[in-house]
Amino acid sequence: MMNMSLTMIPDLMLAVLLIGMAWAALSSDDLKRGVILFIAFGLLLAIVWARLQAPDLALAEAAIGAGLAGALLLVALRDETGGKVAAGEVSRSGRWLVDLFALTMTCLIGWVLWLTIYTEPVERLAPLAHAMLAQSGVSNPVTAVLLNYRAYDTLLELVVVLTAVLGVMVVGRERRGYRQAGPVFCGLVHWLVPLLIVTAGYLLWVGAHAPGGAFQAGATLAAAGILLRLAGEDAAGLPGGIRLRWLLVVGIGLFLIIGLGVTLSSGQVLQYPKAWSGALILVIESAATASIAAALVLAYRGGRPQGWLTAVDKENNREVSA
Amino acid sequence: MVDLLATILVFLGIAFFFFGAIGLLRLPDLHSRLHALTKADNLGLGLVIVGVALFHGSLLVALKLLLIWLLALLGGAASAHLISQYALRRNHQ
Repeated sequence: MMNMSLTMIPDLMLAVLLIGMAWAALSSDDLKRGVILFIAFGLLLAIVWARLQAPDLALAEAAIGAGLAGALLLVALRDETGGKVAAGEVSRSGRWLVDLFALTMTCLIGWVLWLTIYTEPVERLAPLAHAMLAQSGVSNPVTAVLLNYRAYDTLLELVVVLTAVLGVMVVGRERRGYRQAGPVFCGLVHWLVPLLIVTAGYLLWVGAHAPGGAFQAGATLAAAGILLRLAGEDAAGLPGGIRLRWLLVVGIGLFLIIGLGVTLSSGQVLQYPKAWSGALILVIESAATASIAAALVLAYRGGRPQGWLTAVDKENNREVSA
Repeated sequence: MVDLLATILVFLGIAFFFFGAIGLLRLPDLHSRLHALTKADNLGLGLVIVGVALFHGSLLVALKLLLIWLLALLGGAASAHLISQYALRRNHQ
C-alpha cells in the first residue's frame, strides 16, 4: 500500500499541474501568454494520456491539440489583432453564464466518471473489440475501431474537416505571408521538412498495428507545410487551382466511393470484405492523411488562396454584392 | 550495476534541468537566461536519455532516443538563436 501511494505521487503532481495550467491559460489577461500556456497545457495533457496508456490519444493531442492548434492560435493572434491586444472585456452576466456552464459541465463529467468507475460493472466494448480484431484487417485495436467497426465516425469526421475548409474559404482572402527567413531557420527547415514527411508516412503505415493513423500523420504533414510558410514560402507546399481542390476532397471522396462500393456489394453499411479490409483501410487512410494535411495548412494560411475563384465566380460575386 | 549507473545518469540529468530552470527564473536578462536554459537542457536531456537507454538495454530503443535527442538539440539551438536574434533586432530599433 505504501509502495503504491509512492508511485502515485508523480501522477498526482501531473494532475495538479494540468489543472493549474488550464487555469493559468484561461485566466491570463495577456492573450499571447494565454496561447503559450495553452500549448504547454496540450503537451502536459499528452503526457497524461501517455500515462493513462492511451498512446494514440497522446500522439494526437501532442500533434493536433498542442502543435497545430497552438500554431493556429498564434497566427490568429498575429493576423486578426495586429499583435497587441488584451483579453476582451466580458460583461458581468456573460461571465456568470460561462461560469454556470463550466460548473454544469464539470458536475456532469464528474458524475459520468463516478458512474463508470464505481457502479455495477456493465458490458464493456474493449473485449469485443479485441475478440473481433482478427477479422478487421489491422492489428491496432484503435485503428480497427476508427476505420472498421465504427467507420462512419471517421467518415463524419472527414466531413467535419471538409466543412471547416469551406468555413476557411468563406472567411476571406488568405493572410499575408512571412518574409524570407534567415539562414539558421532555413537550415532547420531543410532538415525538418523531409524528416516530417518521412515521419508522417511512418505514422500512417504503422497505424495498422501500433499507435498512429491518418489524423496524426496528417497533422505531422501539416507541420511541414507550416514550417515552409514560416520560412517565406507563401503557398506552404500546397499546389494551386484544381489540384488543390482534388487534394481537399480526395479523403472524403475515396472513403465515400469505397464505402458505397462495399455497402452495395455486401448489403451491409460500411462492411468491408474480410480479405480486402487491410488494404482498403490503408487506401482510405492515405487519402484522408492528404486531405487532413491540406485542410490544416489551408487553415493556417487563413483564407482563400490567390486565384481560387474563377472568372465566373468573381462575376457572380459582384452581382451578389451589388 | 548498470541500473545504478542509469539511475545516477537520470538524476544528474534532472539536476541539469533543475539548474537550467533556476537560471531561467533568476538571471537578469534574456540572453543569459537563454544561455542557461538551452545549455542545461541539452545536456540534461542527453544524460536522461543515456540513462533511459541503459535501463531499457535495447539497441533499437537507444537509437530512437538518440534521434529524439538530436532533434531536441537542433530545435533548441535554432529556437534559442531565433529568439535572441529577434530580441537583438528589437533593441536596436
